[in-house]
Parts: sequence; structure tokens; C-alpha cells
Amino acid sequence: MLEKALQGSRSYWGWVAFLAGLILLGFIAYMRQFAVGLGITGLSRDVTWGLYIAQFTFLVGVAASAVMVVLPYYLHNYKLFGKITILGEFLAISAVTMCMLFIFVDMGQPTRVLNVMLYPTPNSLMFWDMISLSGYLGLNALISHVTLDAERKGIAPPHWIKPIIILSIPWAVSIHTVTAFLYSGLAARPFWMTAILAPRFLASAFSAGPALLILFCLILRRFTKFDAGREPIQRLAVIVTYAMAINVFFVLMEVFTAIYSGIPEHIEHFEFLYLGLEGKATLVPWMWASAILSVIALVLLINPKTRGNERTLVAACIAVFTALWIEKGLGLIIAGFVPSPMGTVTSYSPSIPEVLIAVGIYAIGIFMITVFYKIALSVRGEVKV
Amino acid sequence: MERERRALLKLAGLTVVGLAGGALARTAEASSKHAAKPGTKRLAMVIDPRKCLENDGCTDCIGACHAVHNVPPIDDPRHEVKWIWKEKFSGAFPDQEAEYVDEALTSKPVLVFCNHCDNPPCVRVCPTQATWRRDDGIVMMDWHRCIGCRYCVAGCPYGSRSFNWVDPRPFLKSPTPDFPTRTKGVVEKCTFCDERIGKGQQPACVEACKEKALVFGDLNDPDSAVRQTLRARFALRRKAGLGTRPAIHYLV
Repeated sequence: MLEKALQGSRSYWGWVAFLAGLILLGFIAYMRQFAVGLGITGLSRDVTWGLYIAQFTFLVGVAASAVMVVLPYYLHNYKLFGKITILGEFLAISAVTMCMLFIFVDMGQPTRVLNVMLYPTPNSLMFWDMISLSGYLGLNALISHVTLDAERKGIAPPHWIKPIIILSIPWAVSIHTVTAFLYSGLAARPFWMTAILAPRFLASAFSAGPALLILFCLILRRFTKFDAGREPIQRLAVIVTYAMAINVFFVLMEVFTAIYSGIPEHIEHFEFLYLGLEGKATLVPWMWASAILSVIALVLLINPKTRGNERTLVAACIAVFTALWIEKGLGLIIAGFVPSPMGTVTSYSPSIPEVLIAVGIYAIGIFMITVFYKIALSVRGEVKV
Repeated sequence: MERERRALLKLAGLTVVGLAGGALARTAEASSKHAAKPGTKRLAMVIDPRKCLENDGCTDCIGACHAVHNVPPIDDPRHEVKWIWKEKFSGAFPDQEAEYVDEALTSKPVLVFCNHCDNPPCVRVCPTQATWRRDDGIVMMDWHRCIGCRYCVAGCPYGSRSFNWVDPRPFLKSPTPDFPTRTKGVVEKCTFCDERIGKGQQPACVEACKEKALVFGDLNDPDSAVRQTLRARFALRRKAGLGTRPAIHYLV
């Protein structure tokens, strides 16, 4: 099926070349990091995880969100999602790959990364995260391959794939739960040590992921013959609405518990995020932007008129995605380290090579999505050129 | 459809029960670990801050430790590597409020290093067992197995772990050939001088302290110097409420 990705229009190849350029830049930056060490990033003794781990966390959510199309289709027999389940599965594969790459570039000794398998350590959540992520990648690769292959041949998918698809549903929940457990089990980091972290992760995942899927569907409608149809997009929009409302609710619960209890080590992290601590306020404008975007998104989504209008729906989806990217892809990880367990407030902003590496990994993910969607749509004969 | 949904719920229920059972088993195991096994040692240290502060500005223990362990002197605070250092009182004991005590006491720094916890979070989170707890209580570090994921750094409530952000070797003017140097990208910390203890010596910091502010010994031996000191005087441990059970005691 891969040959379908090798034929395409000029704009297709132009897009692929653009992504390849970004990937190359990221690779060059990574080679520099490989030679010098993680010292070329903005990370430091106090803020030891940053952009890479935050992107990993955010993208685990995007990957898990595929379940929001798979579950209604396979468990509730919601036929209208039939056309887009494959898009969700391909999005999951690309997102998990990006997650793994972000973990990889964060390693101080990348050549030793297989030690995680050589010395399996069940008491480390990182071991379980590796199992759940690679399992999820395998499941989605298998499912999308088998169902698409059946579609190409014009036959029904084999029966044995059904239990595997069903298994992928709890598995999707597990990847984000285990990822939340990485953080929420650390007594050293009061900001993360909250039982609601995993539910919060799931709520943000189930809003950011389907929002992205809506955007993808609309982009595909514009540039290809593929049309997901109005009804499935509207249904996805309802999912985004509920998940986003729950996510905002959860965040407010965290803020309440921290502020009302009055425990300094809980309040300080929120102060750092929204007001700044000891004059260090790099994240403050970002966090307020995220808060405002969340409100705008909720207004546009809850109002049936603006949710039904695809123009305003696009704005809402972009607002959801951006707000959650800031919340999880910037604030959540960095604020866990500021202030440090010794009370030190350290500023962190990613260095240029660090940003280039991150952009390069995103380019790899978008490249994968491009190729996968191209294949899927070619199989269905829905590509214009 | 209905049957599948039910099967799915059953599977989810069983998973939850399994996970909870595992967690309980671990808790039970952890609490039984605190009981001393006969014939084993529990190495620990007692610090007398009053003696430590007698000679203001003294850094003998830090100098000795960092010299014998090839700890690189990196000036950039972002990339600093340290095994033992002086921390401000509020940083070392954030949960000890002492508003009205004579400022001379709380304005002075506190000597801090790895606490060699009974229940070390760093060991719990390490995905490769590159850090582990010996039976005598020392939390060890294997610099050749460490993948540099820094999960232990995030897990340590005491900031005791340092990561090599850059190659440490160019910073070492005259490295000791008796002790390995480290490479970039691995985590390191105090190991209670396991290499010296093995030869029957005292840790380098204890030996270097002229004021005898550091006492090292076996907590399981009722006649040891650490036990005698702890019997006579009240001592604090850093963030005792977290249940890590540190082996470093600070006399009040």
C-alpha cells in the first residue's frame, strides 16, 4: 500500500519537502545535543524536565484520543464514525511515535535506552509507560493495517481483529493513566501529587485530540475529495464540548484545593504559573492566554449556533487545542519544578536547538500523518490528483 | 454489542483489582523492611550543626568529598554537580518554621547530601535499577547503567541528585586515579563513601571535619557512636513526614 504515498501532486511534494527540511534541521540540532550533552538545552539543575517531556505528555493525550472515534463506532455501533476511525488510528500511531522520540531525545545516554528492557523494573512507572505506549503503537498499527487492507480488497475485516480493536479501547485509557502516574506518585513534587491528575489528563486528551481530528477532517475536505460529512463532525464537536468542560472543571478543582487549604507548597506552583514568583514570570502570559482561550472555546462550543457553524467551530477547535497545548505542553511539567523542593525559583525557557529538535519531531509526526492519510484516501479513491 | 460491553467492563474491573492488590503488597513489604534484621548494619550519620558552625565558612568536608570523588567544579549554577553542600536553613528544612528563634541560628547554612533513605523514592522510580539500596542502607548509583532519564532527580524530595549536563572531565584539573570520573548524561550523588567503608575507613567528609561535627556509624548497633548521640539528644530529619526515613540526623 505504501506505493500510494509515492504518487502525488506538486503541492503534495512541496509539503513533504517542507517537512523534510524541518526534520533535517531538527536532526542537525540533535546531533549537536548528542555531542555536547543536554547542557545545550535550557534545562538546569532545578528544572530537569522541560519542553521534551512536556510535549511527550501532551502527545500521549492526542494518541489516546483515537478512542473517542473507535469507541462509539465499535462499542455503540455508531456507523457515522466508520469513515473517520482510520483517521483517528493513524493520528494515534503518529502521536505515539512522537512521544517515543520525545522521550528518546530527553535521555542523557540515548545509546543505553534499551537498558529499560534489559533490566525490566516493574516498580518504575517508566517501565509500564514503555509497555503501554509500545503496546498501543502495535495495536493501532495492526488494526489500521488490517481494516484498511480489507477495505482495499472490498471485503469485511476478519473476525479476529474485533477483540483486538476492543482491547485497544481500555489500552488507550491506560496510556494516559500510566503517564499521569509517572508524575502523580512523586512525594517530592506537590504540584503533580494529586489524585485528579489522571482524570485531568484524560479530559484534556479527549478534548484536544478530537478537536485536532475535526480540523483534519475540514482540511481534508478542502484539499481532497474526502468528506467526513457534517453529522460525524458535529458529533465530534459534542465530545470536544463535554471533555473541555470537564477539563476546565477539573483544573478549577485543583485551584480550589490548593488555595483554600492554604498549604504554601501547593499554592506556590499556581502562583508561579499565574502571577509569577520572585519576579520570575515567564509562563504568566502563556497561562493567561490558555485560560482566556479556554473560556472562548467553551462559549463557542456550548452555544449550539456557534458549534453548528463550521467557521466558528474551527475557531473553537483551534482555541481548545492551543489552550491545552499551553496547559499541558508548557505549564504542567515546568511548574512541577518551580519552586524546587528546596524552594529555589529558577526560570526556564527552551534554547534554540531544543526548539529545533522539538519542531523536527513534530515535523516527523505530521509527515507520518500526511503519508498515512494519503494512503488511506488513495485506497478509497478520494484523492483529487 | 451488549455482551462485548459487559466483557470489557469485567476486564477493566479485574485490572483495577489486580493493580490495587499489587500496591497493597508493596506497602506491606515496605513496612516490614524497617525492622532490623539481625546481623545487618544500618549505616547512618548524625550532624551536629552547632559544631559545624564553630568554624564559620569552613568547607573542609565539601572539599575532601569532591576531591576524592572527582566531582567537577562547575561554576554555572545551571549545570552544577554537587555531592555535599551548604543549603540555606529554609531550603533544607522548609517545614520547620522558626520565626522567633535567634536569627543567628536559622540564617546559617545546613550541610546537606544524600539522605540514604530507608524508603528511597529515587530507587522506586529508576527504570533500570541503576540506583538501588544496599542491605546496609547505602543508596548506590551505577553510572554505567544510568540512561540519564532524570526520573530519580524528579523523585528525590531533597534535591540530592545531580545530572551531568555537560562532559564533567574537562573541569577536573587533577582527577584522582583511585575513583572513576563520570561521563555526560548520567546522574550522580553521594554514596556514603562505599569505596572507603569497604576498606574499613570513615567517609571522607567525616574524616575531614576537624570539629567532629559528623558522626558516622551503624544504627543497628546499640553501642555505636550514632546511637549514643541520638539517645542523648533530640534530632531532626529532613521532611520526615514524607515517609522516606532518611538516615541523616540533624541534632537540635
